[in-house]
Amino acid sequence: MAQNVLPVKMNQEGMPDTAVIGPGHNITSVTDKIASIVLTEKTGIVWVLGFLVAAAGAGMLLMSLSYLVVKGIGIWGNNIPVGWAFDITNFVWWIGIGHAGTLISAILLLLKQSWRTSINRFAEAMTLFAVACAGIFPLFHTGRPWLAYWLFPLPNTMGVWPQFRSPLVWDVFAVSTYATVSALFWFVGLVPDLATLRDRSESKVGRVIYGLFALGWRGSAMHWHRYETAYLLLAGLATPLVVSVHTVVSFDFAVGILPGWHTTIFPPYFVAGAIYSGFAMVITLAVPIRYFYGLQDFITMRHLQNMAKVMLVTGLVVAYGYGVEAFMAWYSANNYEGFMVLNRINGPYWPFYWALIACNIVIPQLLWFKSVRTNIPMLFVLSLIINVGMWLERFVIIVLSLHRDFLPSSWGMFRPTFWDFSTFFGTIGLFLTLLFLFCRFLPMISIFEMRTMVPGKRVAEGEHAH
Amino acid sequence: MTTGKAFWRTLDELADDPSFRERLYNEFPSEVEAISDPTTRRTFLKLMGASLALAGVTACTRQPEEKIVPYVRQPEELVLGKPLFFATAMSLGGVATGLLVESHEGRPTKIEGNPLHPGSLGAADVFNQSAALSLYDPDRAKTITNLGEIRPWAEFLAMMRATLISQKPLQGVGIRILTEAVNSPTLAAQIQDVLSRFPSAKWHQWDPTSRQHTMLGARQAFGEFVEAQYKFENADVILSLDGDFLGLAAGALRYAREFAERRRPDDAAHMNRLYALETMPSFTGAKADHRLPLKPSEIEVVARQIAAALGVGSASAPSGDAQKFVAAAAKDLGEHRGRSLVVAGESQPPAVHALAHAMNQALGNVGATVIYTEPVEIAPVDQVASIRELTADMDAGRVDLLVIIGGNPVFTAPADVPFAQALAKVQNRVRLGLYEDETSAFCQWQIPQVHFLEEWSDARAFDGTVSIVQPLIAPLYGGRSAHEVLAAMSDRQEQTPHDLVREHWAAKEKQAATSPDFEARWRRWLHDGLMADSAFTPRTVSLAATATAASPVEAAAGGYEISYRLDPSILDGRFANNGWLQETPKPITKLTWDNAVILSPATAEKLRVDQRPAMRGGEHGEILTRLIELKLGNRTVRGPVFAIPGHPDDCVTVHLGYGRQRGGHIADGAGFNAFALRASNGMAYGRGLQMTETGEGYSLACTQYHHLLEGRGIVRAISRDEFVRDPKAMHEGFEAPPRTLTLYPEYKYDGYKWGMAIDVNACTGCNACIVGCVAENNIAVIGKDQVLRGREMHWLRLDTYFAGHETNPETYFQPMPCMQCENAPCEVVCPVGATVHSHEGLNDMVYNRCVGTRYCSNNCPYKVRRFNYLLYQDFTTPSTMLGRNPDVTVRSRGVMEKCTYCVQRINRAKIDSEKQSRRIEDGEIKTACQQTCPTDAIIFGDLNDPNSRVARLQKEERNYAVLAELNTRPRTTYLGVVRNVNPELGE
Repeated sequence: MAQNVLPVKMNQEGMPDTAVIGPGHNITSVTDKIASIVLTEKTGIVWVLGFLVAAAGAGMLLMSLSYLVVKGIGIWGNNIPVGWAFDITNFVWWIGIGHAGTLISAILLLLKQSWRTSINRFAEAMTLFAVACAGIFPLFHTGRPWLAYWLFPLPNTMGVWPQFRSPLVWDVFAVSTYATVSALFWFVGLVPDLATLRDRSESKVGRVIYGLFALGWRGSAMHWHRYETAYLLLAGLATPLVVSVHTVVSFDFAVGILPGWHTTIFPPYFVAGAIYSGFAMVITLAVPIRYFYGLQDFITMRHLQNMAKVMLVTGLVVAYGYGVEAFMAWYSANNYEGFMVLNRINGPYWPFYWALIACNIVIPQLLWFKSVRTNIPMLFVLSLIINVGMWLERFVIIVLSLHRDFLPSSWGMFRPTFWDFSTFFGTIGLFLTLLFLFCRFLPMISIFEMRTMVPGKRVAEGEHAH
Repeated sequence: MTTGKAFWRTLDELADDPSFRERLYNEFPSEVEAISDPTTRRTFLKLMGASLALAGVTACTRQPEEKIVPYVRQPEELVLGKPLFFATAMSLGGVATGLLVESHEGRPTKIEGNPLHPGSLGAADVFNQSAALSLYDPDRAKTITNLGEIRPWAEFLAMMRATLISQKPLQGVGIRILTEAVNSPTLAAQIQDVLSRFPSAKWHQWDPTSRQHTMLGARQAFGEFVEAQYKFENADVILSLDGDFLGLAAGALRYAREFAERRRPDDAAHMNRLYALETMPSFTGAKADHRLPLKPSEIEVVARQIAAALGVGSASAPSGDAQKFVAAAAKDLGEHRGRSLVVAGESQPPAVHALAHAMNQALGNVGATVIYTEPVEIAPVDQVASIRELTADMDAGRVDLLVIIGGNPVFTAPADVPFAQALAKVQNRVRLGLYEDETSAFCQWQIPQVHFLEEWSDARAFDGTVSIVQPLIAPLYGGRSAHEVLAAMSDRQEQTPHDLVREHWAAKEKQAATSPDFEARWRRWLHDGLMADSAFTPRTVSLAATATAASPVEAAAGGYEISYRLDPSILDGRFANNGWLQETPKPITKLTWDNAVILSPATAEKLRVDQRPAMRGGEHGEILTRLIELKLGNRTVRGPVFAIPGHPDDCVTVHLGYGRQRGGHIADGAGFNAFALRASNGMAYGRGLQMTETGEGYSLACTQYHHLLEGRGIVRAISRDEFVRDPKAMHEGFEAPPRTLTLYPEYKYDGYKWGMAIDVNACTGCNACIVGCVAENNIAVIGKDQVLRGREMHWLRLDTYFAGHETNPETYFQPMPCMQCENAPCEVVCPVGATVHSHEGLNDMVYNRCVGTRYCSNNCPYKVRRFNYLLYQDFTTPSTMLGRNPDVTVRSRGVMEKCTYCVQRINRAKIDSEKQSRRIEDGEIKTACQQTCPTDAIIFGDLNDPNSRVARLQKEERNYAVLAELNTRPRTTYLGVVRNVNPELGE
C-alpha cells in the first residue's frame, strides 16, 4: 500500500496527521487511560472551579426562569412587532449545535468513517445537553408555560387539540423525537463501557450504579451481536433526524409570510448551518478536554482537521444561502424582500448583520489553509467565532425580519433586557454543568470502540477482511 | 310654649338663646321652626327620635344600596345581562354633548353619542368616551375634608351658614364664587339667586377649556357676546385660520360630520375645498386640501392679506410661500360668496376671530354658512380680567369666602397672576372638585364633586339645545354637586339637585313641577336626552367698527414664538388621571404619557437638538430626545423637544395640562407644566421665547415614529380631477392577486359574511374610535414604561402617514383594526387552535386556549395583534372592576388579543334577530369604533347582503385592500383619499 511506502510526515505532536490514535497504545492502555479519568484520577481543581462557575450559571437560569414564570414574558425585551427574539434565537442555536453530535455518531458510523470513534461519545453528550437547553426556550417563551403541554396531542376533556398545520406542532414532534432518539443512541452506546467501569470500579457505590445501568452486560458474543444490530438500527433512525429536525425548525420561519422568513432555501440552509455550528461547538469542547485530560492521543490532529474541513464546507453552503437570499430579493423585484435585505445591510441593526458575515463567511475562510487547520489555538478561536456567528445568524433572521415588516407604522425595535441575557447565559451554564458531570462520571471517549482503533487490532481486522 | 309644663333637655334649650338656635339650625334646618312652634313640638320630638335611631342605622353617610339576593321582583325593563341605555349630557368648556350611556345592572360601562342630539348625531369624542373610566377612578376625592380632617356635610353647612350670616349685613361683600364656564341654566339661576341675596358678592369665571378667544373675538366684532354656528353642509370653500373645527371646538362632532359629508368623492362635483393656515399640525390641517404652516403671529398677517384681497381691511402685500396661497384662497373664496366660510381657532387671539367674522360678513356667508345666536355659555366674561380681579381682591384681603366650583385654578391660572399666593389670604376657602388636586391643597374645605354620570343637572349644547343631565349611578363616593353647594349658599339647602333642576324647568315652563303635563314633558326630555326646539334662534348682528382692528402688537422681543394648545388627550389637565386618554397616541405626534416642545426639524437642527428612536421599542416605542429650557419673560420650564414635519420654523407648540403635582397616581409626574409659561398678556401665543439646550436626555413614548409609506400603497390618494378622469387611477402600480390562484375550493359563507369598509378620505384622525374600542373591549392601560417597550394594547390603532415635502407634508390617517382576513396568516401558525375562523368569516380569538407563543402576531402582516406580556389588567381595584364591559372577557397575562369586530355586539344582534326569526338588518350592528365615529368613516355590515352599505362601499372604485398582494383577502378594506386640490396651487 502506498501509505506504507511513503515517508509519513510527523506533526508537532509527534504523530502523523492522519493518525486517529497516538503511537504506542494497546488495548489495555486505552482502557486504562479512559477509565482512569472516571475511576481513579483525583478530581482536579480545574474541574472543581469550572464546575462551580458552570453551576452558578445553571443557578442563574433557574432564577431567571422562576422570575419569568412569576412575572411573565414581559421581563424580556420582546414586544410587538418583535414577538420572538432571544428566546427562539437561542432555541434554534442550541438545536443546531446538537446536530453535529448526531451527524458524527450516526451518519459517520453508517459511512464507516472510523475517525469518528474518539469524538462521538462526547459529541453525542453535547447533542443531548444542547437539546435539553434548546427545549427550555419553546416551553418558557410561551405566555402561559404551565399550559404548554397543550401542544402535545394528549387526549383530554377540554376539547384542546393541537392544530397540525402549525409548524410549532411539527417542532414539538421533531424536537421530542430527536431528544428521545439521541438519548437512546447515547445510552445504548454507553452500555459496554458502563460494564467496563462496573468491572473496574473499586467502590461499592460505583459498582452498583454502573452495574445498574450496564444492564447486565457480560460481553458475550450474543450481546455483541445484538448490540451491533441495535446500534446500527438506531444510527439508521437518527440519520434522517439530522436532516429533518432542522428542516422542521426552519419551517417555523419558512411557513411564515414575513419577508426574510418566507423562503424555500431555508431547510437546506438551516441544516448546513446546524452542522456548521455543531462542529464548531465540538471543537470548542474537544480542544480543552484533550488538553486537560491529556487525550491528545485519542483526539488527534486528524480529528480536528476533519472537523475543520466539515466546517469549511458547511460554512460555504451557509454563505451560498445568504447569497441566494440577497439575489432572490433583487431578482424577485419584491419590494418587501428588497427592503428586508437593505434593512439588514444598512438598517439600525447593521452591525449585527456585518458581524454575522464576518464571523460566518469571511473569517472561516482561513480554514482553507492547512497551517490554520492544524493550529489548535487558531482552530479554537475560529470555532468560538463561528458559534457567535451562528447565534447572530438566527438573531438576524428572527429579529431583523420581524422588526420592520410590511406596514411602516408598526416598525419597532428590540432591545434585550438583563433577563434575556441571564436566561441565555444560564443555559450555557446548564450545558457546561451537565458536561462537567459527564466528563467526571462517564467515559467521555468510547473505550470499546477505541480498542478497535489500536493498530494491532486494526491490522487483524484488515487481514480478516481480506 | 304656652301650654303645659315646660320640658327641657338642656339648659341651652331652656334659655333658648340664639346660639342654640343657630346650632340647631345647622343640624336640622327645616325643623328649627318646629321646636319653637308649640303645635308641632311633639312631631319634632318624634322626628328627632326617629332620626337619632336612623342615624345609627345609616352611620352618618349615605350607604350605597347593596342587594345580596337576586331580584325577587324584577325592576321594570331590567333583564340581567341585557344593558339599558340612558340619555345624558357631558359638558366641557361650557358646551354640552348629548350622550347615551350603556348601563349594566346599574353600572354605566360605555358611553355613546346620542343620535338625536344636534351636537353629537350619535358620535362621541375621546373625552366623552373616556368619562366612564374617570367615574370609577379610585383616585377621586372621596370625603368632605376640612384641613385634611374628614367632616360631615352638616359641618360644612354650618360653616357656610355662619359665614353667610356674618356676610348678610355686608351685602356679601366678601363672598366670591369662582366657576368654570357655565352652560347649566339651573346652575346659572342658582348663582344669580345667591348674587341677588348678596348684591355685593361677585361671580368670577376661569376655565382654560372654554372658548375665550372665540367669545372675545365675537365681542370685538359685534360689540357683544354672540355665538357663531357654522353650517358646513353649505360651505363650498372653507378657510381655517388655525381653526381646528374638526378637533377641539364647540360642535366639532357635528361639524366633522357635515364637513365629511361634503367630501364624498362619489359626488365629486359637490366636494368642498379647505384651506388651512396653522401652526401645530392638526386634524383640520391634515384634512385641508391646501395647508400653509405659519408662525402663530403670521396667521393674523396672512389672514389680513386674504381679507384685504376680499376687500376687508387693508394689509401689506403677501410675500414668499404665502403669495400664491393668498391669491388662490382669496380668489376661491371670492368666487363662492354665500357658499364659503372662514373659521378662526382658539389658539388665535380675538382679533383674528373678529376678522373672520368680518370676512364672513363681506362674503355674504351670514345666514348661509354661519348664523349667530346668543352665547351658549351663560354670562360669558373676559376670564383673564375676571381672575385677575379676583386675585387682586383676594390679595387685598377683601375676600372672606371663596367657593371654587370645579376647575383647578391654582394649576391653570395665568403664570403672571399670583392666584395661589392670593388664595392663601382668603378666610374661608371652599373647593368642590373631583380630585384632591393642586387647588384643594390651598383650600380648607374640600368637597368631593359628583361625576356627571352621578348627577342631576342640565346643560346647553353648541346650538343652545338643552339636555337634562341624569345620573346613571348613585354617587360612588358620596359626592356633592355644584347645585348642592350653591343651594347651601341659599335658602334651599334641603333640596336635592333633582328637585332644583326640575323646579327650574317647571318654572320656565310655567307649570307646577308635580303636574302630570310637566311630568310627561320631563320624561320625554330624559328619554330623548334633549328638549326639543330648545336651540337658540338665529339673531341679527351688525359689525362694530372694531371688527378689523389688529391684535395689539408687542414690541418685537426677538427669540422664538410659542403657541399654547389644550392637550388633545387631557385638555387642561383635568383628564390627566385618565389612563385611557394618557395612553391614546396624540394625533400626528403619536406621543403618549407626555407633552413635548413641538417644533420643526429645521428649528431642532438650529437648536442643535436631535431625536432618534432608541433600541428599546424603536420607532414603535422609545424616542430619545433632549430636554430644552424654555424661557419666556422671567419664567422658565424644561421640556423634551419633539420635531415633527409640517410645523413652521422658529416657533414651538406646547400642550397645556401636563406636569401635574397632585393629580392622582396616573397624572403625577407626566410631562411638564406649560401653564407655568403662559401669561395673561399672551394667552394664545407668546413672543420672545428663549431656548437653551440643557444637555439632558429624555425618553418619549411614541407609538409610531416612521410615517413614510415606502411606496407600499397602504394609503392611496389622488386629486379630484384625476379621480373624475379615472376613478381607478389611485390603484395604479399596486396589484391584487386574482382569487382563482388556489387549488382548493373557496369556502362558501352562507348566512352572514361580516365585513368592514373604512373611508380614509373621511377619517379625521380624531382618536374617538380608539378610546371607544378601549372602553367597549376592556383594553388594558399599560403605562409609559410598557409603551416605551412597544407593547401598547390598542386593538385599533390610527396609523398616520406623511407624503410630500417635509416642511409641509400631506397627512393621512388610517384606522387599522384586525383585517379579519379570509386567508388569515395567524390562524395557520397557531399550534393550539386559539385563533380560528368562524363560518361568518370572523377571525376569532379563543383566549382560554391561547398559550402565548406569539407566532400569530409574528405572522400577521398588519401587526394588529396585541400580547399581554405582563399582567396588564387590574384584577384588584374594586372600582375599576365595576366599569368593565361584562360582555367582553378580561384578558389575563400571557394571552394574545385583538380586534373581534365587536363580536359581543354581533351576537347580541343575532340573538335578537333569531328571536324574531329574521335576518339582521343592515346598520343594526355597529362596532364600537363605527358607532362613535363623527364622520361615518367606518362602516360594518354583512357582505352577503348586496344592498348593505358595506357591500356597496366595497364595490366602489376607491375600494382597496391593504397588502392585497399577500392574498390574505382582508374583510376590512379601505376607500382611497381624494383631495380637492386647487389646480392653481397644484399638489
